[in-house]
Formats: sequence, structure tokens, C-alpha cells
Amino acid sequence: MKRDKIIEMEQVSFKYEKEWVVERVDLTIEQGQFLGLVGPNGSGKSTLIKLMLGINKPDRGAVKLFGQSIKNFNQWQEIGFVSQKANSFNSGFPATVLEVVKTGLVSRIGTFKFFNRKHKEKAIEALKTVEMEEYANSNIGELSGGQQQRVFIARALVSDPSLLILDEPTVGVDAKHVTAFYDLLRKLNQEKGISLLMVTHDIGTITEHATHVVCMNKTVHFHGASEEYKEFDNEDLNRLYGHSVQQLTHNHEHEVSQ
Amino acid sequence: MIDSFFQYEFLQNAAITGILIGIVAPLLGVFIVVRRLSLIADALSHITLTGIAASLLIEKRVTGINELNPVYMGMVFSVGGAILIEKLRKLYKHYEELAIPIILSGGIGVGVILISLADGFNTDLFSYLFGSVTAVSSSNMWTVFFITVAVITIVILFYKELFVLSFDEEHASIAGVNGRWIHLLFIVMVALVIASSMQVVGILLVSALMTLPVAAALRIAASFKQTIGLSIAFGEFSVIFGLISSYHLSVPPGGTIVVIAIMVLIMAILYKKVRNHLYVKGDTV
Repeated sequence: MKRDKIIEMEQVSFKYEKEWVVERVDLTIEQGQFLGLVGPNGSGKSTLIKLMLGINKPDRGAVKLFGQSIKNFNQWQEIGFVSQKANSFNSGFPATVLEVVKTGLVSRIGTFKFFNRKHKEKAIEALKTVEMEEYANSNIGELSGGQQQRVFIARALVSDPSLLILDEPTVGVDAKHVTAFYDLLRKLNQEKGISLLMVTHDIGTITEHATHVVCMNKTVHFHGASEEYKEFDNEDLNRLYGHSVQQLTHNHEHEVSQ
Repeated sequence: MIDSFFQYEFLQNAAITGILIGIVAPLLGVFIVVRRLSLIADALSHITLTGIAASLLIEKRVTGINELNPVYMGMVFSVGGAILIEKLRKLYKHYEELAIPIILSGGIGVGVILISLADGFNTDLFSYLFGSVTAVSSSNMWTVFFITVAVITIVILFYKELFVLSFDEEHASIAGVNGRWIHLLFIVMVALVIASSMQVVGILLVSALMTLPVAAALRIAASFKQTIGLSIAFGEFSVIFGLISSYHLSVPPGGTIVVIAIMVLIMAILYKKVRNHLYVKGDTV
């Protein structure tokens, strides 16, 4: 049941209390894309994600998932989500890594059915993909931030989603593990054919890895191929956002010439 | 003790009821504690008291009603209180914990008025406050039995939903778990278990049986299933030895059960400390 367009947003607006945080967003994500969603703090990136996941309901506009209106959508196992909050969960929670990863199967298993050996094997397989299988029986609270993040990615992967949404996944992961992290994402995108949507501050790095980039500040200012985005100079970027954005230190030319 | 156990039906009732609540109170307690709702058990036990008082008053004042089982009225009030707490938590979104003092003080306030109208405090009431080994009738025991079976069945059927809701509510909602419905089901179960446990442990100490064994298990367990297993083991240990010592010392079982549960908790804390100490030592050598 693969369809070309996995997420379609049409003129979507959303407000907290009285303040509009997302305004008239049109956005389409297609199967196989690795899309980077960038924008300054408070630009509504996380809110946009929550609108796609049905956690927030749009005040205006329509959201479609896999060609279906989000109101009737029930195949949540097709979408894996790794939230920003994955790093700030109750770290005293008495659960093992394996128990946490298995919760990613809840929507696939369905009501009145139990976890069985097959689910355990699937969870171990997902842990292998993120290279965390040796920690299967460790307490989740005892792992480092980067390790916990990998466990939460395994939880999102365990239901074999077609789309993986990651909200600032590299926050709290130390620099030397970030490269390995992007390698993992590339493997998921290219080898397993999983579409990716990643929210990030790190504009420089994401354009090196993502196929497409969306820049937003309440509304979408740019949506196109990463190659196209890399052509922009700082002046273009400023115009794009309406104010100055800090470009993170990454040597584009060096990477491009490789 | 063994002789009198077989001789007196009331001792058997108390023992069986105790063993049953020793399973379900800590079982639900695990979910209550990890969701940081420990005080809800207190609020619900106090509103159960209002139900008991209302039942005593009706029995006394309404002609034609002589034999009213206060446990049932306690259950009705407890479940009503649980639903009210949920409504209040929704009303005060940013101050969810406010629901607890409102229900707790409201329960005691109305309870005291009803008790006074029913001609004040007597031994019956004392046994509801602190538990009793003689107060459990066989019909009450059967009620607790059916509640126990229902609660265990529901927890097994909805285990993965309850677990995912406790660990990560946001993820649960993305996974399509109907959080509001499951939570309501859960809190109604808590209300019923509190009203059931009240006869043995007493209203004032019922929440201890839901939290103390869990507090001890949290020090030791690595997995969630282990936490549940250990909590039930600690709860059962406290209830059984609490009931035995209550009978021998002629003191209310609520007191002895809680004291034993606290001793278990201290042992668990010390065990963890010693284990950590040895571990650190072994690590540096």
C-alpha cells in the first residue's frame, strides 16, 4: 500500500491561545524523500510535526496522510516518530530497552492481542539496526543520551514504517556520534526505502544529507532540492526568513567537490 | 492461630480478602506510581469514607432499610469520586493536582457531617478507618474476589496500552491508543480496589498498600514486569504477616500491614545501597 504522496498539507494554520504559530502551510512529502525541515526557534517546526501526527488539530486547512484525510486515518504503524522529548522522559521509569522498543508495535498488534515471541524478535532486529542489541535488557534510564535516542529510533522502526519523523534527534547526542547517526539515517533511507522527515537547527549538515529541504518560519519560505538550497548565499537566506539566520559552520564547497 | 483459622469463618474471610487485595492493590499501584498519581489513591479512599458514612446514616434514619452493606455504597462514592477527579483535572489543565485536595477534603468534610448525623463514631467506623480481621463478611469476600478477577483480566488484556500510556503518553496517542478511555477504565478499577481493600487495611491506610510495595520494588527491579512481580510479592508478604500479627497482638491490621510494608521498603533501600557499595568497590579494585 505504497502511495506516492505520503503527507499533504493544504493551507494549514494553527494557533496556541491567540497566537498563530503555523500559517497557511502547503507541504507535500513524497515516498522515498529525505526531507530536512529547518527554521529558527519558535518557527513552528515542532507544531507542524504535531499537526501531521494528529496530536494537534489544525484550526484551518487540511492534512492528508497516505492519501487519506487525517480524520479517518488509522494506519499509524506506517509512521514512526522520534520526538524531541525522547531525551527528557521519566528516566527513573522501571523498564528495559526491549520493553520500550516493543511499545512501538502497539498500533500494529491491535487491541486485545498480546506481545509474543515474534514481537520480541522484531524488537531485537530493530535494536540491531541501530546497533543497540547488546543493551536489550538494560534499564532505559541507565543509558547515555545518545544511546537512548537510538533506542527511541528502534522503537519507531519496529513497526516497519514507510515514513520516519524525527524532531531534533541530534540534540543531546555528542558530535562524534552525529556522523554515525547520519550514516544510520542514510542506510534507512537508501537501503530500506524509508522516507524521512527530520526537524533540525543544523542547516549546514542537513543539506549535505537530505534530498530536499523545507525552510519555515510560521509559513513555508522555501521547499526544494538540497542542491538548489546550497546555491543560496547569506543574503538570499535572510530574504527567505525575513531576518538574519545563523549559518552553522560547514564547508559546503569542500563537501560538494568530493 | 491455625486452629482458630479453621474454626472461625471470619478469619478465613479476612485472610482470603487480604490475599486478594495483596495482589491487586500493588498491581494497580505500579501504574499509579510510575504515572505520578500516588495521591489519587488517598483522595479516593477519603471519598470512600463519605460513602460508608452515607450508608450508615441511611441505615439509621430511613425506615425499612436495616441491613445495608456499607462497602457497596463506599464503592459507588469511590467510583463517582474517580470520575469527578478526571473532570476536575480537565477543568484545571495547568493545575491537575488541584483535583486531589478538592476531592480529599470534600470527602472528609461531607463524611464528618454524615457520621455525626448518624450518631457519631462507633466501633464499626473504627474498623473502616483502620481495618479489621473480624469485619469481612463472606458476601464482601466474594465481591472482592470478583473485583480481583475483573481487574487482573483487564490489566492482562490492556497491558500494552497501560504500559505505553504510562511510559510515554505522546507516543501512546500516536500509536492510536485511546488514552482517555483507558485512563477512565483504570481509575474506576483503582476506585473499586480501594473500596475493596478498605475492609482489611482501613480507609486511612489503603493507599499505603498501593504505593509502599511499589516503592520497594522500584529500588530493585530492572524491568517493568519485574517491578510488578516484586510489588505483588512485597504486598502479599505485608498483608499475610500483617494479618497474623494483627490477630496475635489484637491491633487493627491496617497498622501492622503498613509497618511491615515500611520494613520491607527499608530493607529494599538498604539492599540497593549495599549492592551499589559492593559494585563500586568491585569496580575500582
